Amino acid sequence: MIPESLAERRIAVTGSTGFLGTALVERLLRSAPGCELVLIVRPGRRGATRRVERDIFRNDAFDALRDQLGPDGFAEMTTRRVTAVAGDVTIDGLGLDDEGRAALASCDTVIHSAAAVSFDSPLDQAVEVNLLGPVRIVETLADLRVAPHLVAVSTCYVAGSRRGSAPEEPVDASPFFVDVDWRTEVEAARRIRRDTETASRTPERLVGFREQAHRELGAAGTPGLAAKTEQLRSRWVDDHMAESGVARASSLGFPDAYAYTKALGEIATAESAGAVPVSVVRPAIIESAIAEPSPGWIRGFRMAEPVIISYARGLLKEFPGVPEGTIDVIPVDLVVAAICAVAARGPLDPDDGPDIIQVASGSVNPLRYGKLVNLVREWFTEHPIYDDMGQPIPVPEWSFPGRGRVKKQLQRAGTMLDHAQKVFDVLPVRGRQAEVGARLEEQRELVHRAEGYVDLYGAYAECEAVYGLDRLLALWDLLDDDDQAAFCFDPRVIDWDVYAPEIHLPSVVKAGRIPMKPPARGGESRSSRLRRQILAPERHLVAFDLENTLIASNVVASYAWLGSRRLNGRDRVRFVAGLVAEVPTLLSLDKKDRSDFLRYFYRRYDGAPVDQISIDAAEKFSELILTKSFPAAIRRVREHRALGHRTLLITGALDFVVEPFRPLFDEIVCAKLGVVDGAYDGQLTAVPPTGEARYQALVDHAAAHDLDLRESVAYADSASDLPMLEAVGFPVAVNPETRLAGIARKRGWLIEDFRKSPGMHRNLLPLAPKRTVGTSR
Amino acid sequence: MTGHLAPRPGFVLDVDRNSPPIVFHHGEGFRLEKLPPDRSRVIYPAEPLEGLPDPDGAIREALLNPIGESDPLPALLRPGMKLTIAFDDISLPLPPMRRPDIRQRVIEAVLDLAAEAGVDDVHLIAALAIHRRMTEDELRHAVGDRVYDAFAPDGRLYNHDAEDPDGMVVLGETPHGEDVQFSRRAAESDLVVYVNINLVAMDGGHKSTATGLSGYTGLRHHHNVHTMRNSRSFMDQENSALHASNWRMGKIIRDAGVKIFQIETTVNNDTFGREGPLALLQKREWEWSARDRMQFLGMKAGLDVMPTKAKRKVFSSWQAPYALTSVQAGEVEAVHEVTTENVYRQHLVPVEGQTDILTMGMPYICPYNVNSIMNPILVMCLGLGYFFNLYRGRPLVREGGVLIMSHPTPWEFNPVHHPSYIDFFEQVLADTTDPVEIEKKYEKQYAEDEWYIHLYRNSYAYHGVHPFYMWYWGSHALQHLGRVIIVGGDPAAVRRMGFQVASTLQDALEMASDVVGPQPTITHMKNPPILMADVT
Repeated sequence: MIPESLAERRIAVTGSTGFLGTALVERLLRSAPGCELVLIVRPGRRGATRRVERDIFRNDAFDALRDQLGPDGFAEMTTRRVTAVAGDVTIDGLGLDDEGRAALASCDTVIHSAAAVSFDSPLDQAVEVNLLGPVRIVETLADLRVAPHLVAVSTCYVAGSRRGSAPEEPVDASPFFVDVDWRTEVEAARRIRRDTETASRTPERLVGFREQAHRELGAAGTPGLAAKTEQLRSRWVDDHMAESGVARASSLGFPDAYAYTKALGEIATAESAGAVPVSVVRPAIIESAIAEPSPGWIRGFRMAEPVIISYARGLLKEFPGVPEGTIDVIPVDLVVAAICAVAARGPLDPDDGPDIIQVASGSVNPLRYGKLVNLVREWFTEHPIYDDMGQPIPVPEWSFPGRGRVKKQLQRAGTMLDHAQKVFDVLPVRGRQAEVGARLEEQRELVHRAEGYVDLYGAYAECEAVYGLDRLLALWDLLDDDDQAAFCFDPRVIDWDVYAPEIHLPSVVKAGRIPMKPPARGGESRSSRLRRQILAPERHLVAFDLENTLIASNVVASYAWLGSRRLNGRDRVRFVAGLVAEVPTLLSLDKKDRSDFLRYFYRRYDGAPVDQISIDAAEKFSELILTKSFPAAIRRVREHRALGHRTLLITGALDFVVEPFRPLFDEIVCAKLGVVDGAYDGQLTAVPPTGEARYQALVDHAAAHDLDLRESVAYADSASDLPMLEAVGFPVAVNPETRLAGIARKRGWLIEDFRKSPGMHRNLLPLAPKRTVGTSR
Repeated sequence: MTGHLAPRPGFVLDVDRNSPPIVFHHGEGFRLEKLPPDRSRVIYPAEPLEGLPDPDGAIREALLNPIGESDPLPALLRPGMKLTIAFDDISLPLPPMRRPDIRQRVIEAVLDLAAEAGVDDVHLIAALAIHRRMTEDELRHAVGDRVYDAFAPDGRLYNHDAEDPDGMVVLGETPHGEDVQFSRRAAESDLVVYVNINLVAMDGGHKSTATGLSGYTGLRHHHNVHTMRNSRSFMDQENSALHASNWRMGKIIRDAGVKIFQIETTVNNDTFGREGPLALLQKREWEWSARDRMQFLGMKAGLDVMPTKAKRKVFSSWQAPYALTSVQAGEVEAVHEVTTENVYRQHLVPVEGQTDILTMGMPYICPYNVNSIMNPILVMCLGLGYFFNLYRGRPLVREGGVLIMSHPTPWEFNPVHHPSYIDFFEQVLADTTDPVEIEKKYEKQYAEDEWYIHLYRNSYAYHGVHPFYMWYWGSHALQHLGRVIIVGGDPAAVRRMGFQVASTLQDALEMASDVVGPQPTITHMKNPPILMADVT
């Protein structure tokens, strides 16, 4: 009787925040009412107890139990039976404090289900968690001088990529195992991390990362570019480590780093176990629950789901695999039940053979790959996913080609999109067109991700190993009827024709929040919801950029207008010709560094009389600035003011240019020129507010007026404004250029398309009209 | 055509099978429309009256021989006095007239007399109320370079600023509780000389000063839905609540001791010239020569392919060769009586009976888009406000009848001149088109908005409340009409205003028959040149 055996037991569980772990905790609390649990979790920022509360008990797995006990009863039960302990299997001694050590020492059983299951984890991370994790557990237990029963969760795929039967035997007992020393592998993984870190820091690489950051962000200012550069470097290291993992794994005959590190982990644990009796449970591919805690229950996005969704989105036109091959899927509740049964049974006598059981379906109730694909296609044909235009996406028919061909197809698509993206990046487009670019980028990422799936999961689809279940079935036969009813782990009960379409797929699309209906007409759209949030009275501060956010004009146009206002005839022509000739220089300077550009450009105001400029600037406001303004943007500023928000204009334009905007803003941060003898000297009096200086101006302003930036809004048009946009809780991209459009789309920012008033005639050059009559003023 | 025949009065054509197609104004272009025979009529304006042979002489004559209880102008002028000359703004006349502008002639004459009398404290104010400021070029055009160069540089010639907190005073309250707000400079002057161009019957009289030199505080008492709905029509002084309110205010201004010497002028109907490219717009279609027909077809073909912006430029450069038909000066009310007679002499066309459907071709210009864009709100105001109200007696169209206008009505605005129009169109009309609700819910907010006030005072924007007045201007028509259809309009813009859009006149007539039944009577008002229907 499993519940009786587990009664009075204290069971430690690692990995309880994971998919398998959560289901296991739920089952133990519900079906083994006598046991107590010690949950070892990484404490995070909130501490172990809060984390257990938030990340485990709030999961919908516990809905049934909570309903049954009532909220108070549930809280009382968890408080009484569950102890949260801060710990981490990647730290020697598990990072336990004295209390934690005492709690662990008091346990009769330890179930180790923590794992780096991601198939593309960096090699060293997989090694630390999967290989060394269980070793550290047994070492800690030895240190505590206790020897509870350790149930270590592994994977069937430790058998490696092979054809034919894979029995429940130790990894190194297999004739196909390539004998490597796990300690050497650990050392190597750590060394590769060090080498990769070093390699990422060579001057050439760092320059490369910086150039890439500049390509992605534009002239975002030094701090912005530095943050991006470091992010790119660290991503490069991780990618490299993931690649190293896959490469090392396949060199030894494993499908990926996960299986490889798990396999060595089993060997290492056996070697280090000492007095601790170890039972290994090896599930195949764990998928959504068939019945418990509820049919279809799933947590997180698992292995098959991204592939299934990519397929339903029409992205995976093909996937490698042989139709008669077996996809060894096992519902999570069966795995949980098997673990419970093993824990209840206790360690096996060494004479009874290796204490290993596999939980899989392939040998007794195989799900053929071809059949699975058919089930998936039928289901999505009946329940299509909708694209963002609200049209159902037709699912492709697969012809089961080899992996190489699929990859080639995807690579071709990816390369094409890469090229299109590059073309788009250099085009000076904004607003709607730029959003096309952003969508292109999204497509490109999806295709690249699909390519990644083929790389990672192709090996599984092609795997033709059959996992032996002798010990599992023997254990099953030992159970009495009650246990068999409460702790079912017999893979023969799965009816794939029901499980796939009625349980698994609906749960996958639900967990993935996939649009299964065309978007409802008339409902509030995402952007109007965002707009409502932005225009809520509780917002504090609203910062605006000027150029291309409020007006479609720039400092060069302002200068051209002011400079030409009092010129006639030949002088005018000469002025225009000079400015036009300089355009390429100006553009390239602006691209490199906005502040340098402004400094350089503003020098030409040297000697301009202040009085005259102030009169002319007022005229320019009407004739140039307002003509090129975005009425909707100005209306937005005024809406914010009406709501009592503080409004702030931050611009690199000069004070006399923006002065007429004064009534719209509580404060204007802009560039100012020095004055000598009633004329401008062409020198800026302070650092012009661009890039990070803009961010700083915003932060300073908020601090000075005791305003919360998280409750604030910022409007800007360019990736160089990222520091400012990222600083506030409600960023708005206005007519964004391609890079910002992409970023805004990805992060779900509001994108506004503000336009000039239609019907205004456009002058090719922003020159003041020729003055035909009189000059008196 | 020969100019020596006496100008013919307005005319009502009964359309029969032999009637030629009629030219409809259509923004910066024209449509040629065949009206259904036997139940349609076309009202033609009178031909231009002969202008006065010696305008400057006539002006001097009027200043020396005032009407009503007034001394001749020279007798009112003395050294050391404060003199303010206020004049009509860019909204008059339409289109702007060729140089020299009447205002220039009159102002030069007044200034000559002032100089002779030794007056040196003289201010010239463009009495624009809450219209946009006039630009330097526009002021030069109105008053002439000589006057401009003499007075503008030292700030003695300027635009009225109704939002200048120090520049406005309230002179009192009428028995109806209306605040009389007035320019401080004018109020504190020993004499205000007002220089008017009386283009339509609504202009002039006490309205010149009581409205032109006022601001929102005063205007809101008569520029509102109630007044407009009780003016049947506002072009007919006898039946205009707008007129009555301005006259009450005029009395308060007079009682406050403000001495006004009113100079009113009228012009003839020579809007498009007796010669030149637009001359045939002043001719009756059945009298066109073969050459006229060729010329029209050529012009229409050209305009049809020309981009809007180019067309706008061409049309806004047109200046009318208006001739002065009368000038009278003196006491406001006595002067205005004579002026009105002179306006009616040119404009009134007797028409018998109302019609089921009234059609109008909407031209490219109205009082508020000189050198600018005729936006949808202005199309509404010109059609349902000005043209609809150009009647005496009864509206041309019966109650519950249909108004069909022809205009491209693009969703276009000038952001410098009409910033509050843009927001009115996007926000207010998106919510409701009911003038009463608009007035109640939004007027105050727009009128007191600091940004609009800033743009009105410092840029060239109409006041924030101005689009509301445009909408109220049409409120009598909105109440009276069963349906409004715009032929050739931008569907989104037309629907935003609560009207219907038709692509051809035939479609519009089909749509109208839902409201007025089959075989309706149709009247086309061929305006401009301006006509006012005297409906019996």
